Amino acid sequence: MFTIALYVSTVCLLLASLFKDLKRTKMALKKSWKALENIMPQFLSIILIIGITLAILSPQDINALIGQQSGWIGMIVASIIGSVTLIPGFVAFPLTAALYENGGGLMQIAVFISTLMAVGVVTLPVEIKYFGRKVSIIRNALAFVFCFIVAIIMGGILT
Amino acid sequence: MKTFIKKYKLFLFLVIINFLLIIFYPTAGSKSVEISLKSLIEMFIIVPPIFLLLGLFDIWVPRETIVKLMGEQSGLLGLSLALLLGSFSAGPLYAAFPVAAMLMNKGCKLSNILLFIGAWATTKIPMLLFEAGSMGWPFMLTRLLINIPGIIIMAYIVEMFVSYEEKEVIYQRGLSF
Repeated sequence: MFTIALYVSTVCLLLASLFKDLKRTKMALKKSWKALENIMPQFLSIILIIGITLAILSPQDINALIGQQSGWIGMIVASIIGSVTLIPGFVAFPLTAALYENGGGLMQIAVFISTLMAVGVVTLPVEIKYFGRKVSIIRNALAFVFCFIVAIIMGGILT
Repeated sequence: MKTFIKKYKLFLFLVIINFLLIIFYPTAGSKSVEISLKSLIEMFIIVPPIFLLLGLFDIWVPRETIVKLMGEQSGLLGLSLALLLGSFSAGPLYAAFPVAAMLMNKGCKLSNILLFIGAWATTKIPMLLFEAGSMGWPFMLTRLLINIPGIIIMAYIVEMFVSYEEKEVIYQRGLSF
């Protein structure tokens, strides 16, 4: 749905731009291409890292690691896995849903999902390329701590 | 050719690792290829329109507009726009960084850019729907309600850590994209 909306709006805007000024549209396309080409090596590397990490650390392993350990240790394990791996949504949510249904701890799952979203060790080099070292590291560190706050509050509210 | 190898050296190294995986651990290797392909498809679907929009945005949206809407003096409006822009997005976090660079280019306030990144990571709507579908609405809504104030506070904290000179350096980086 969202992807379709994204495509429809992109095509509409592109056509409007073409209609208004051919030369400027060409300039825009050139810029798009340059920006994409610039970051392509990093993007492709990230894609391969996702594949390799998930092949070595299978969803079943993650399941076991997060499911077995409870308490603080379980949360720390979950947060580390969530931070260092980059698991796409189509793998992560079915995994956590199964984990939850099988009695996995809510706080462990919450901290895993939160760190997965907000902390990116694999994408850190890309982030540094755009934001510099200091901002990237502070942002990720703060997000990491905040994920625990999220999980603790969620544990308090939902259980 | 030489520049190609230089630019893609990490990628080529990972390709070699993947080949080694396939040869020595066929199950893990094929699984790695399968997941990479799935992610690659996801990337090829999401990334081209985002970059097309970036190009169009760069050409058609004047800097003054963004300075006014999301710049230093933009206040609550800039904050809300950053939240909305990040939430109405799709795709993995790494696709957000080029958009962030473009916002820098156009004079968006750093805390608003960080807020945009935070929203892209934690409150983007397609992901929220997927999350509600698999974890249930209470889980998703609770997380969302904690995350919204969280990303706002964090954006301001990060900005506090950055001096004026450091900001200049970061924005200079943004110009090269």
